[in-house]
Amino acid sequence: MVASTSTVATLELLRWIPLIPLCACAINIFFGRALGHRTAGVLASAAVGVSLALALYVFWLLPATGIFHDLLYTWIESGSFRVNLSFQVDALTAIMLLVVTGIGFLIHIYSLGYMAHDDGKVRFFIYLNLFIFFMLLLVMGDNLLLLFVGWEGVGLCSYLLVGFWYHDAKNTIAGNKAFIVNRIGDLGFILGIFLLVTELGRQGIWTLDFAELPKHVSLLTPATITLITLLLFVGAVGKSAQIPLFVWLPDAMAGPTPVSALIHAATMVTAGVYMTARLHFLFAPAPYTLSIIAIIGAATAFFAATVAIAQNDIKKVLAYSTVSQLGYMFLAVGIGAFSAAIFHLFTHAFFKACLFLGSGSVIHALDGEQDMRKMGGLRSYLPKTYWTYVIATLAIAGVPLTAGFFSKDLILWQAFSHGSYALWLVGVVTAGLTAFYMFRQLFMVFHGSSRVEDHVKPHIHESPAVMTVPLIVLAIGSIFTGWLGAPEYLWGSLWDRWVQPVFGGAHGAEHGPVTTEILVTLVTVAIVAIGIYLAYARYARTGTRVVPAEAAAGLYRVLLNSYWIDEFYDRIAVRPFTRVSQWLAQIFDPLVIDGLVNGVAKVARGFSLIWREAQTGNVQHYLIGFLAATLALLIYYLRQL
Amino acid sequence: MSQFAVGHLSLILLIPLVGAVVLLLIPRQQRQVLLTVSLLFSLAAFVWSMRLFQAFDAGNGDMQFVERVTWMPAFGIAYIVGIDGISLFLVLLTTFLMPLAILASWPVREKIKEYLFFMLVLETGMLGAFVALDLFLFYIFWEVMLVPMYFLIGIWGGARRIYAALKFVVYTMAGSLLMLVAIIYLATRYAHVHQVLTFDLLQLYNLHLPVNEQTWLFLAFALSFAIKVPLFPFHTWLPDAHVEAPTAGSVILAGILLKMGTYGFLRFAIPLFPNAALAMAPVIIALAVIGILYGAAVAMMQADFKKLVAYSSVSHLGFVMLGLFALNIQGIQGGIYQMISHGLSTGALFFLVGMIYDRRHTRMIDDFGGLWQQMPVFSVFLLIVTFASIGLPGLNGFIGEFLILLGAFSVTPGWTAAAACGIILGAIYMLWMLRRLIFGPLTHPENQKLVDLSHRELLILAPIVALILIMGVYPQPFLSRMQPSVDLTLKRIVTSQAAPVATNHGTSGEMKTDGR
Repeated sequence: MVASTSTVATLELLRWIPLIPLCACAINIFFGRALGHRTAGVLASAAVGVSLALALYVFWLLPATGIFHDLLYTWIESGSFRVNLSFQVDALTAIMLLVVTGIGFLIHIYSLGYMAHDDGKVRFFIYLNLFIFFMLLLVMGDNLLLLFVGWEGVGLCSYLLVGFWYHDAKNTIAGNKAFIVNRIGDLGFILGIFLLVTELGRQGIWTLDFAELPKHVSLLTPATITLITLLLFVGAVGKSAQIPLFVWLPDAMAGPTPVSALIHAATMVTAGVYMTARLHFLFAPAPYTLSIIAIIGAATAFFAATVAIAQNDIKKVLAYSTVSQLGYMFLAVGIGAFSAAIFHLFTHAFFKACLFLGSGSVIHALDGEQDMRKMGGLRSYLPKTYWTYVIATLAIAGVPLTAGFFSKDLILWQAFSHGSYALWLVGVVTAGLTAFYMFRQLFMVFHGSSRVEDHVKPHIHESPAVMTVPLIVLAIGSIFTGWLGAPEYLWGSLWDRWVQPVFGGAHGAEHGPVTTEILVTLVTVAIVAIGIYLAYARYARTGTRVVPAEAAAGLYRVLLNSYWIDEFYDRIAVRPFTRVSQWLAQIFDPLVIDGLVNGVAKVARGFSLIWREAQTGNVQHYLIGFLAATLALLIYYLRQL
Repeated sequence: MSQFAVGHLSLILLIPLVGAVVLLLIPRQQRQVLLTVSLLFSLAAFVWSMRLFQAFDAGNGDMQFVERVTWMPAFGIAYIVGIDGISLFLVLLTTFLMPLAILASWPVREKIKEYLFFMLVLETGMLGAFVALDLFLFYIFWEVMLVPMYFLIGIWGGARRIYAALKFVVYTMAGSLLMLVAIIYLATRYAHVHQVLTFDLLQLYNLHLPVNEQTWLFLAFALSFAIKVPLFPFHTWLPDAHVEAPTAGSVILAGILLKMGTYGFLRFAIPLFPNAALAMAPVIIALAVIGILYGAAVAMMQADFKKLVAYSSVSHLGFVMLGLFALNIQGIQGGIYQMISHGLSTGALFFLVGMIYDRRHTRMIDDFGGLWQQMPVFSVFLLIVTFASIGLPGLNGFIGEFLILLGAFSVTPGWTAAAACGIILGAIYMLWMLRRLIFGPLTHPENQKLVDLSHRELLILAPIVALILIMGVYPQPFLSRMQPSVDLTLKRIVTSQAAPVATNHGTSGEMKTDGR
């Protein structure tokens, strides 16, 4: 049907991938209540299922180096600036499509069970479908502005879903924080877009199309490219929760757990990584930006892992772990290994979604309890949840032959062979920390003796099939997705053959000596083993010492409070800004500015009092005035001549 | 020029005025009849203006539907009306919002007859100011608008209505007096050069004055427009007027009257005095950006919902001014788009304020909270409109803001970056407002009996939200109609650079088109 030689082909089918979830969303907005909770949920899930089927079909049609394109109409045209509403699918987008619709579909199914007893179920599925739409827009848009639209749209849905249980002000505050911190990043993003458009526009090129931009990058000076990419990266820092803008993500756990799995682990937060990969042709020639990205990525990976060690909330551990894993992805981007970054994005989506949904299953079973100190010994109660959790934990820890092992190892090897030993070292140490905190969690939740509160105990139950089946599928993915990208000394990487063409010669996989590669891997494996052992030694046995927060001291307290960064921002930014605004609103505006206005009015009245004196009623006075004025006018006009 | 029968625009101007006269013939006890009649007349004006939209030639940047009637030939004053791609949408915005404003006036109890009379007169006044192409005619409409607005605030307003109404009128008049002087000076100056006394705007465009003369005239016009916009620091009349005005008054004020100021800049101050506009642009851009940030910061701290929206207008109109004075196609087009967007979203916000005020007789944000529970439909509308106002892509606000910032960025990246911080602040105060109004627990017992929106209220909000969506998703029908006229305006600025300056002795100031 599609000639494999052609690079760009039109495929009108593409538009339906995002539009079907949008239609379902619209139907539920207008008729959701009439349809009833169940039907609305099924409709929403089915819509994403159809998108998934279409995505698979497109994936199957897509030739190795081809691009599908679908133009709807011109969205904005002003002068020479013009942006279309059109979609494209290449290998990179195809992968993102599968992640978004595939994991999105599973999470929709899971939510049917998880949200079964919630009053706001219809609203929940409306938001969820809207999210899928915007996320698809983000990955399918054929230009940077459309990507930005999706980017902002998923931010909106994140805001709505984090604050989903709006009765509790705390949730809304978390939603606000997520949106506002993201907007700070978006400021950078949009300025980056402006700089790109105006710099190219100055040279007569007006485009934001991903297909066009690479041809014109050479028109930009290195300094301009550096500035543009830095600004764009600020957007990625916000969306993908990197230092210093990561603070919103842990709070975003206030949302329902399926949301945390879909938006705050598998898809939306990885948008920053996708964006840099999509614009690899801009980032690759900006070495200064790349090194900053690598440093921020590595620092975030390490920093978040240390915080995760001390958390007692089951979802907070996973949240910091997500921040940390996103750090790995940016580390990869920073060394130019875009393919490895996307590979880790891909595998991470599976095991992290599995972990989040697993935690949701635990929370569901325990009637909303999230404190791991009140769990323990759940293994026998929740066997399916337990086993899938074990698999996903092995994967994120990087135990050999799991998905996380392959993708993390690829990043570490690329760092090593790239000569960035410091980055590599941070990555390896973080791998050890990751293994430690994840197994700590596993043991605290499922092993040891039960610390579950007595009134909850009788109700503990395994989740229904509608929730466990998605867990099982994701657990399978947590193993086998990694096998796509095996190193050359095993069976070789199908992944690289698929994705590498997108990044062209940007950065091929570097092949060092195989023995070095294996040795480097063994070092990581050893560190991971140590991490697991330490967690085992400390948390696996019955009667584990679980430190209560009050007794926490020293370094542990620093970690528990995530270095008091929130408090720090509150001091240096939030409070000063509030104080300035208060002063402006309560003092400056009413007293100074309005005071001046009213002052002028008073002065005018004062003048009119004096002016009144001029109206003496004496005709001579008037005549003198009249003459003087006429003379003045006469002189004026004479001079004009 | 005009494919339409002569008098199309005049008819739109006349419909509300006739409606006002008809109202006088209806006994004041017939409340329902009075309301229905005014609604019908305002709807008729809207329907007629839609035909303008259809017949408008999108490829033509010149004035269309032009009508000329000599009026006071001795003074060169004529009745000249016409529209181009700039004023078309402001006319449509006016005719679109007026029926909704009248629909929102159903709860008005006192002196409904006079109230509706002033509303319809006001509509004619505003439409007149948007279509007038004779400077004197424009000035008359400009001043005429003040009268009904003065009464609407002064009679049907809140507790401090007299103070607010007086402040509004005196402040505006103070500005416009200088404009009158400038208009007369300009006409006499033109007469000097061309030996014809005329107030015809299209003729006056051809007069090229020396820069310092332009500057004085520009400043006289600018002061009057800047007060109307309002540009920082001339904004303090606005919160007072808004807070005291009845719902429909606030909607019209924010939705339409403020645009009179920005429209004035674009139609008169900039093309009449292009060199001065160019010279003064840095100052105005600075004030606009200060206004964006300042309005947002002050809005955040307001306890009164209506005052919050009022200050948000200061911020949004700052964006419009920034776009206009970028003096390039994206900036100006974005500015016009933002005028319409702001008219819709802020208009809707004031409608929404009015709806909860009608129920609870308070506008204090802290008196609410958790409204979603009792009023989900209201809350969804507030949510959508808020995000339109924040400039979420996919809704109308984004298109304007994006084009404005894009246009401004190529001229002044530094100020634009500062202005872009406004999009963060916008999110901060608007989301905080949402949290305190519709989210959280329903704490106040008085709010537990609130009823959700009525059909009438839905009828007000649904068309606005539909337009908010359409303008966000499919802006081309709007942008493409604006573009030729904006191009022409820009061309005037460019050619004026190259054109010979008028001297006292009648050298031809005819427009040279060979410039660029």
